[in-house]
Amino acid sequence: MTFLRLEDLTKRFGEFTAVENVDLSIERGEFVSLLGPSGCGKTTTLQMIAGLQEPTAGRIVLGGTDITRLPPNKRGLGIVFQSYALFPHMDATGNVAFGLEMKGIGRSERQERARAALKLVKLDHLADRFPKEMSGGQRQRVALARALVIEPPVLLLDEPLSNLDAKLREEMRIELRLLQQEIGVTTILVTHDQEEALSMSDRVVVMEDGRIAQIAAPLELYERPRDLFVSDFVGKTNLLEARVLSAGERGSVVGIEGHQIDLPGTDLGKLDKVTLSLRPEKLVMSDAADGVEAKVLAAIFLGANWLYRVQTPIGELFVTQPNSGRPGFSNGDKTWLSWPDGAVNIFSAEGRFDETH
Amino acid sequence: MKRINATPYLLTAPGVLFFSALLGAPMVMTLLLSLHSYDYTLGIQDDWTLANYLDVFTDSYFYVIFGRTLGLSLLVTVLCILIGAPEAYILSRMRNPWRSIFLLVVLGPLLVSVVVRTLGWAILFGGNGLLAKTTAALGLGEVSLMYTMTGMTVALVHVLVPFMVIPVWASLQKMDPQSEDAALTLGASPFTVIRRITLPQITPGILSGSIICFALTAAAFATPSIIGGRRMKVVATMIYDEYKNTLNWPMGATLAALLLFANIVIITSANRLVERRFAKVFE
Amino acid sequence: MRRLGPLSYIFHTIFVIFILAPLAVVVLVSFTSKGYLSMPTDGLSLRWFKAIWDAPEFIEAFWFSVCLAFVSASAATLIAVPAALALARMTFHGRAAISSFLLSPMLIPHLVLGVAFLQFYSRLGMGGTSVGLTAAHIVVIMPYAVRLSLASITGLPRDAEQAALTLGASRFTVFRRITLPLILPGVAGGWLLAFISSFDELTMSVFVAAPATQTLPVKMYNHIVETIDPLSASVSTVTIVITFVVMLLLDRLYGIDKIFIGKS
Ligand SMILES: Nc1ncnc2c1ncn2[C@@H]1O[C@H](COP(=O)(O)OP(=O)(O)OP(=O)(O)O)[C@@H](O)[C@H]1O
Ligand SMILES: [Mg+2]
Repeated sequence: MTFLRLEDLTKRFGEFTAVENVDLSIERGEFVSLLGPSGCGKTTTLQMIAGLQEPTAGRIVLGGTDITRLPPNKRGLGIVFQSYALFPHMDATGNVAFGLEMKGIGRSERQERARAALKLVKLDHLADRFPKEMSGGQRQRVALARALVIEPPVLLLDEPLSNLDAKLREEMRIELRLLQQEIGVTTILVTHDQEEALSMSDRVVVMEDGRIAQIAAPLELYERPRDLFVSDFVGKTNLLEARVLSAGERGSVVGIEGHQIDLPGTDLGKLDKVTLSLRPEKLVMSDAADGVEAKVLAAIFLGANWLYRVQTPIGELFVTQPNSGRPGFSNGDKTWLSWPDGAVNIFSAEGRFDETH
Repeated sequence: MKRINATPYLLTAPGVLFFSALLGAPMVMTLLLSLHSYDYTLGIQDDWTLANYLDVFTDSYFYVIFGRTLGLSLLVTVLCILIGAPEAYILSRMRNPWRSIFLLVVLGPLLVSVVVRTLGWAILFGGNGLLAKTTAALGLGEVSLMYTMTGMTVALVHVLVPFMVIPVWASLQKMDPQSEDAALTLGASPFTVIRRITLPQITPGILSGSIICFALTAAAFATPSIIGGRRMKVVATMIYDEYKNTLNWPMGATLAALLLFANIVIITSANRLVERRFAKVFE
Repeated sequence: MRRLGPLSYIFHTIFVIFILAPLAVVVLVSFTSKGYLSMPTDGLSLRWFKAIWDAPEFIEAFWFSVCLAFVSASAATLIAVPAALALARMTFHGRAAISSFLLSPMLIPHLVLGVAFLQFYSRLGMGGTSVGLTAAHIVVIMPYAVRLSLASITGLPRDAEQAALTLGASRFTVFRRITLPLILPGVAGGWLLAFISSFDELTMSVFVAAPATQTLPVKMYNHIVETIDPLSASVSTVTIVITFVVMLLLDRLYGIDKIFIGKS
């Protein structure tokens, strides 16, 4: 059942359209991410849901009620701002208790619930500290506790992890997700970090220039991106321009830089030009003469993986191989590159090419 | 053993020497002068006495003028807070280019001589000024604010309000505007946001602005002299009269020493209060 | 960010009128054709601007003020910059004391400084001399020069200087080629602020100046205390116009908020 619905939501700043016709339905308890490059309108969308920006057109419906014109202080949503926006003149407890006070809850209950919320984010030992006396991660948790303590129907997170260092960010991803599942609050997360979106969400909404490009579960999004933009933005990929040489029921053949590639089981029909997308980790490097010839140009050790840049007849490609514990390939090594059937995503000008095409 | 490095002393020497001769010596001389008595026929005496200070503390004439100066300073400071702080807030919320333009309008008069600004008020307040004409037209008779407390207050607020706008503006710049949004989404009304979130964050700015306004009013000379004249004397104009008209320099020096003392006590204790109170909260 | 309501705009409008009203009145009155203070009801007359020309003591006072401000601001800057370098960059015994000493004129009312100089100079037999007046001005404006120099030196990252040192420059070369160019804008701002403070200074100068060494504010003050006539308004109008031009220049060069409010 739909809990929060955005209908044709649009925001213009003068001539400029920041958000255009965003349509989105979110279930109760769902974790949804808004993912997109900088300036694509994620924050604006979130702020319209919060009531901090007035939509130019469209509706916002929460639990059956239209809240489009409701002022932000009547919506009761919990928000964690990118800057955390803590109140510098109040200690952690004061920050967390503020929303309860605004609801007219008595002093002792306020203190108790604030303390419980701080405990939930594992910060009860710093209840008397002022924001200035806390680290970035601790501030972030106070902001989270402050948003959660009012038991909001929807939790809105605007890049809450972007100010943390890499290790803390990964820890907080897991903690935040576990916490969200524990209390079951409907959550919308804004991020430009595709790994963050993929690892935390039930569904990911990819935005491009104010419009929704694709809505899908993380795995589906990664494996079957709907167009070139999504394919390029979500995860790493090699994009190859190809001419269709022949097409039929049994399969098609395309030419890349004068080299022929078989696409068994795919009928490209009347298409003339397509783009192939090959994920680096789907490629297999081996000494057995299979696929295309490859020469290693650069080898970078990443710990869990090797990242190679290789020269092939179809162009320069990135390849990721798991680290097996033995030395990998070195610069100048000659080897062969292949990939399993179905590992290739094919895009035409209209978008993804599928069996359904 | 650490060798003492002479460079910093050499670099600061010109300033220190210059100040010792031209600030230290005159100030000490003035303090000493306040300890001599004065005779209207014989002039400054060679004795050492606290008589001048006793005079000030026992004569109701001085009480009235010190009381008036204190009252004026408090009133001007409060008015500067009441109109300067909201204006700084409004300015900080404006969009460019309006913000820069009005900042220029508000701060620009600081560069215009106090004499000129006070002249404007004197013309407005004077016998056939705009104010008198307006009140006459309204059937209230010709109201003149020359030589009144009200007139001095208005003119001094005009002269000093930029000194309130500046520090409040600075503390607003440091504030995260999203903390207001955060309070709103937590259910606070716009008025509660101002009272509970914005105001506490700009309090350091208001306090330091108040210190400046208070100290500058207490020692203001040109405006009380032109608008208040002989009839509405304050400490500064009284000191001027002692030096330039009655020529009782020792009494003038005594009053100057008291003004200086009050000034330093108020500024340093207020500063300390601000630092102690807010060290934990703001950097 | 919250939007401003109509009440805010009403308040703002009244505030701006309050700020500009006395200046506007001065400018208007100076265009009167009458022999007494009045609004220019029958067209704009330049009579009182010609009167400035005919009574050259205001023009003399203006040029005297300009020279005084130029000399004292330059001297204060020359003293302040080395001191600021030491205060900002070195740790030494008595640093805090020296810094408060050099900033202390800000704590002392100008009136008190005025009577102190009056007595000091008359004792030395140099009452009312331009040398005495200049020295007094240097004392009063020194804190501005020190503060702005300090601010620009403190805000200067040290890595550029360290880089120059590792590239083989001597300490003096580093100062001349790296430090000085970098702090120059701040120092120039301090000089300007010192110049303006000196040019506008009245309260102290009233005590120190003699009839032969009257600065423009002192001359205007003495004139106004005797009589408020259209001449005082026309002189004021000229200074308002000059100030306005200087202000626009300052705003172009530095941004007015940076000069008054510092960083940002
Ligand atoms: N108040 C405003 N006036 C004019 N344009 C605005 C305003 N607020 C945002 N924009 C524009 O709207 C677009 C979307 O802004 P938004 O803040 O939603 O981007 P975002 O997706 O959150 O980007 P980021 O990842 O950088 O935070 C941007 O191009 C921005 O310049
Ligand atoms: Mg954003």
